[in-house]
Formats: sequence, structure tokens, C-alpha cells
Amino acid sequence: MSRSLTPLPNRLKAVKAAKQAPNIRIKNFDEVVLGYTEEQALTEATRCLNCKDPQCIQGCPVGVEIPTFIALIKQKNYTGAIEKIRDRNSLPAICGRVCPQEAQCQKNCILTKQGEPISIGLLERFAADLEQTNGIQVTPCNTSRDKKVAVVGAGPAGLTVAVDLAKLGYQITLFEALHCGGGVLVYGIPEFRLPKRIVQSEINYITQLGVEFCSDALIGRIFTIEELFTKGYQAVFIGTGAGLPKFLSVPGENLNGIYSANEFLIRVNLMKSYTFPKNKTPLKVGKKVVVIGGGNVALDSARCAQRLGAKEVSIIYRRTRNEMPARQEEIEHADEEGINFRYLTAPLKFIGDSEGNVKAMETIAMRLSNEDDTGRRHVAPIENSQAILEVDTVIVAIGRTPNPIIQYTTAGLKTEQGGIIASDASFKTSLEGVYVGGDIATGEATVISAMGTAKTAANAIHQYLTNPQNKTQT
Amino acid sequence: MLKPKLEINQVTEKEQLNSVTKKITIYAPDIAAKAKAGQFVIFKVNEDSERIPLTISSWDQEKQTISHIFQEIGFSTMELGRLEVGQKIQNVAGPLGNASEIKNFGTAVVVCGGLGTAVAYPVAKELKEAGNKVITIMGARTKELFILEKEMAAISDEVYFASDDGTKGQKGFVSDVLKSLIAKNYTFNIAFAIGPPIMMSVIADITRPYSIKTIASLNPIMVDGMGMCGACRVTIAGKTQFACVDGPEFDAHQVNFKELIQRLKSYCNEEKQVITPQVNGENCQCHGH
Repeated sequence: MSRSLTPLPNRLKAVKAAKQAPNIRIKNFDEVVLGYTEEQALTEATRCLNCKDPQCIQGCPVGVEIPTFIALIKQKNYTGAIEKIRDRNSLPAICGRVCPQEAQCQKNCILTKQGEPISIGLLERFAADLEQTNGIQVTPCNTSRDKKVAVVGAGPAGLTVAVDLAKLGYQITLFEALHCGGGVLVYGIPEFRLPKRIVQSEINYITQLGVEFCSDALIGRIFTIEELFTKGYQAVFIGTGAGLPKFLSVPGENLNGIYSANEFLIRVNLMKSYTFPKNKTPLKVGKKVVVIGGGNVALDSARCAQRLGAKEVSIIYRRTRNEMPARQEEIEHADEEGINFRYLTAPLKFIGDSEGNVKAMETIAMRLSNEDDTGRRHVAPIENSQAILEVDTVIVAIGRTPNPIIQYTTAGLKTEQGGIIASDASFKTSLEGVYVGGDIATGEATVISAMGTAKTAANAIHQYLTNPQNKTQT
Repeated sequence: MLKPKLEINQVTEKEQLNSVTKKITIYAPDIAAKAKAGQFVIFKVNEDSERIPLTISSWDQEKQTISHIFQEIGFSTMELGRLEVGQKIQNVAGPLGNASEIKNFGTAVVVCGGLGTAVAYPVAKELKEAGNKVITIMGARTKELFILEKEMAAISDEVYFASDDGTKGQKGFVSDVLKSLIAKNYTFNIAFAIGPPIMMSVIADITRPYSIKTIASLNPIMVDGMGMCGACRVTIAGKTQFACVDGPEFDAHQVNFKELIQRLKSYCNEEKQVITPQVNGENCQCHGH
């Protein structure tokens, strides 16, 4: 007997999680989405049809067995649910918050044919948060293998590889250049979308598994990749991410008051400037703030600026809302919070005062052309459409390119256009025993896709280290 | 008796060089093994502290230590200055930045002002070791503020001094000394200018007409110091570069010093908010060499 959709309206409508009201939340850095209560989670889990051929799993870059964990929630077996998620995903509390589920698992949900998909992200978050509240149960890994692997970069990719290989019994050292682990999860994504305690708790879990964590270690400078091998590591994973900010290269861009989104967010998130002067890293936010770009980073910057007291925050994007790469939910949140959107507008130059502070910018209107082969719509400026906009803070959020230091300092490591490290389908690089994953291998992408590539690389490293044909000495 | 084991990032020595300048030595074996002239580290003293860049002024591979000379001109350097021997700095990351490009140029002139002398010393030392004739010009406001005079004298073929008030060496600026040496037909194959941006800018203007290759060590504001934030961006030959990963040394004739000086002033007011009361009201000197 085939299973048909129950024609109940609640089966087609997702349970909404509570949120902080916009007028309240723009005055704090607390989380916007509050997550499910147990009752809400159970109701939502009940909507899941537990399909025979679940398409949601196909949409998950790390292949979480979604219907199984949802069924476990339904049975109130929350420990079982989180264990099921952790089988495939080492950072569930993080992914439950920042994954673009609407473009992945939830997009494939069969319920979308007639109604709203299962809120897979919120259910994942529910199980993960409950685990954190109860205290994560960690059994240290049995590091029975005598082989050591160096993991470079403690962002989503590095953390994933570290856990996967530690669980396979390898001795792992995780090298992080900054003073704390998490990568973009701590320097990029704001507290109100991803509280730092959540990231810290996942990192604690990883160190309790037996992974050695080494901060303040910029590989390429303190040790080269070659030196890691001479120090006794038999394989190296590079997950150094895309952290080099792009600038517009228009006149006046180095005036005071113009930040890369990276600088702005590093000051706010990593250095906690929002508590200045308690935390000692200052950040100047003016009255009229303009953010340039249309991605999640642009929205995060704009919403931070709003919370830091700006009177008027505008996002300038050269295409339209339809082309914005940011998550739909975050665009809606920004809208609710009173962020202005100026579409089809591009900056031409910045104008400074006598002290070198930005005071205005010149913009030009753009028009969309037809789609190209890749489906992306190009834009072209409209002649004589220049305008002057008064601003005192500008945040440039037009993308980031791979961190270049390892590429500069590693002889024989092949790179590709755009600065990414070249690798094959298993994420093996041109150097024996050296693997990559995350943004350094693919260019700027999402947390979960970085984790997906990292899983593939971890598996390849395991194959490499267990293959008697390779050169590693045991 | 067994010496207690040192911990990473522990302060092993602390010295007051003059009324405003301190030297701090830290146990950092991995950094000491790698450090080269021109490189810097990022310090984060406590949990709530800023990340601040400080050039490595000397290192000792035997003792596995690195030393930094600094003035307590802002909150973070004061915080560093309050540390006593035995205490630890929470985070020390380095060595960062590119090392100075040192080879036998022939005759090298090292022009340094104020705290820049601490940055210039390892450069001058390596220049000497590479076989250069090293002529050093050191400047400070007044006699008491000179540092590393003996050390510089030991590795220089000639040393000249200039002070604003004439209490040591020539009355005036290091640039005046450089001009007079050039007038005396000294030939320089390379110049290193290390000090306040205005000084480096003036030196670049003096050497430009003589086509003397001149290297400046830039000191912009940094946050991560690893190429991620772009706070340290400088314009070199019309192109934006990051001092932390592309520098900190650049061709002084190509540096937009006016922009560098403006950008250094970005956070003067905020600095006053966190600084201790005894220096309130003084002019902000943050991020000057």
C-alpha cells in the first residue's frame, strides 16, 4: 500500500520557532531564532512521512540520515537522535543554525509538493541543543593507530576531518592561526545567528575526543607543510579557508571608515567589540552605514551595524533581490529589522573629508541583462545615472578569496585560478600525503559544503594511511 | 637546584630601557627558532585584550626566547608593560610578515627614529653579517630617549645621532644627517628607513632624487595580522597591499605615506576611552613607532 499525504492542514504547515521581536533584537546580540520547545519539536517530527526513498538525504552534503533521526525524536529518544546525526555530522548545533536547509535537505522534502517542508534544521538544532544542555557525552577516541595527522585550520572543514580521523583512531593535532578555534564560525558569523558558546562547546567535544588543539600557529610561518612531515605527521589536511577579503578597487577605498566585511566582523565577533570598552578592541560605527554586497556576509555586517547603534543602514547590491545569494530567511530578518535595500546600484568612488574620513559615495544605477549560460544575470551601468550618497561608514562585503600563506610557502603545491589549492576528486593535492577541503579547495562556499568536502578528504586520508603501497613509515 | 620549567609565552626578563621604553623577553621556542629580521608577532595579553602587532627586536635560539621593545602609549602596550617576570601572555602568534631581504648591497644606511631603532637593530645586524658596510643614523627627541646605542655601535661601521633638542649628536632630525652625508659624497647602495611614518616619508623624499633604493618598515593598524581583515592596507605604487602579509617592508619611494598617516589616526578617540587616567588628555600616540 502506498502512503499518501494525510490531507490534514497541519501536515502541510511547518511549526514555526519563536523569534525575538525585531524592535527588541536590534538592541542586543542575543540569538534571533529561539529554537523549538520539546512540544514543538514533537509536533514537527510527526509531520515527517519517513519516505522509503528519502530525497532529503540526497540534499545533505554530509549525508545525515534525516528521517531516522526525526523518527527517533518522534519516539522521544533524543539521545538516539543526536547520535544518529553525529554519525555523519560533527557540528550539529552549528549546522542546525546556519545551514541553508531551504536549498538542500528541505528543498527535496516531498511535502514541498503540497505544503511546507519539514523544518529539518530546527529539529537538528533541537536535538543538538538538548544534548548541550544535558552535557555532551564524550568517549575519548581510542587512538590505537600510531599514525599522526596534522589538520591545518580549525574551521568547519578542519573540525570535521579532525573528528572523523580521531574516531578512526589516528592521533590528530589541529593547528589554528587565530587565538581560538572555529574559523569563520567565530570570526564571521555573528552571535545573534550562532552564539559563540555553541561553537566552543563543539570544540570542547573535539578536544575531549582526544584531538590536540594548537592555537596561534600560522602554518607556513611557524612550521611549513614540509616541516610538519619531518615532525612526524604522516598526512596533512589543509582547511585554511577563504579569508582574504576582496576590495572594489575604486578610488577612495582606503579612506577611514571603510572596512572590509572581514575586518568589521572580526572586530565585532572574534574580538567582541560590541562590548567595548570591556573588550578592548574598538570599532567605529557611524550614523549612516552602507554595506556593499548581497550575500550572507553583507547581511551579517548590516545587522551588526544596526545593533551597534547606526541610525540608517543600507545594503547596496548591483542586482535585485531575486539574485541575492544570501539565505531567504536572513533577508527577511534584515527586512524586519529595518535594513534598507538599494538594488541595482553600484559604487563608483568614495569621497573623504579633510581628515581622510569617508563622507560620501558616488553610485551608479545598473540594469540587468539576460541570463548567461550559467544562469547568472549580468549587469551593466546605466549612463548618466550617477548619484551621491552621504555615508560615514562603509562595509565592503563582495567576497573573500583563499588564504594565500600556505600556497606561498609550500614548494610544489599546485594552485588554480583564484588561489585555491588544486586537488583531485578525493581532495588529494599535488603533494603526496597532503589533502585539502573546504573553501581553500572549492572557493567561498557554505559551512556544510566545506564539511562535505572534508569528509571526502578524511576518507581519502584514511585510505592513504592504510594503503601498504604508500611511502609512510609506521 | 633544578630550574623551574618555563611555560610557553612566559615572561623571562623585563627591563626599563628609559623613562618611556620597556623591553620584554618571552619564552617562545618555536618562534625563536624561526624569527628573522623584519618579522613581527601578534600579542593578545589577556582574554579581553586587543591583538597588537610588535616587531621582534631580538631572539635567542639557545634560550628559546624572543624580545620586544615597546613604549606604553596605548592601553594594550600598558597592559603588556604591567606583566612581570613569570607571568604569561595569553596568546603570541608569529613570526608573521615577510623577513627583510638582506644581502650584500655594498654600503647600507640604516636610518631609524625613536622606537623604530628596536625594529632597525636586527636589520642592521643582519646587513653587517651579510658583508655590508653599515652606516647607522639614529634619532630621538632627547638624549634620554635613545635606545640600543651600544648594540648599534657594535655592528655599525659608523653611527650618527640626531636629537630634536641637540642633547645628543646633531641638533635636528635624522634626515638632516642623511642629507649632510650625501652632501659629503657618501655613496649608499641601499637605505632602510624605520621610524614614524613622517620620518620615513622625509627620508624617501631625500633618497629619491639620488635613486637610492629605500626600504620602509610600515606600522599600520592590524587586527588578525594574517591577511584576513585588511585593516593594515596600504597603497604601494597605486595598488592596495596588506602590510601584514605583503610587507611589512616596502619600497619607500612607492608608499602613500599621507594615507598611512591618516589611517593610523582611525582609533585615537576610542583609545582614550580605554586608557588609564594618568595619560588621559595627552595627545594620542597610538600606533606610532
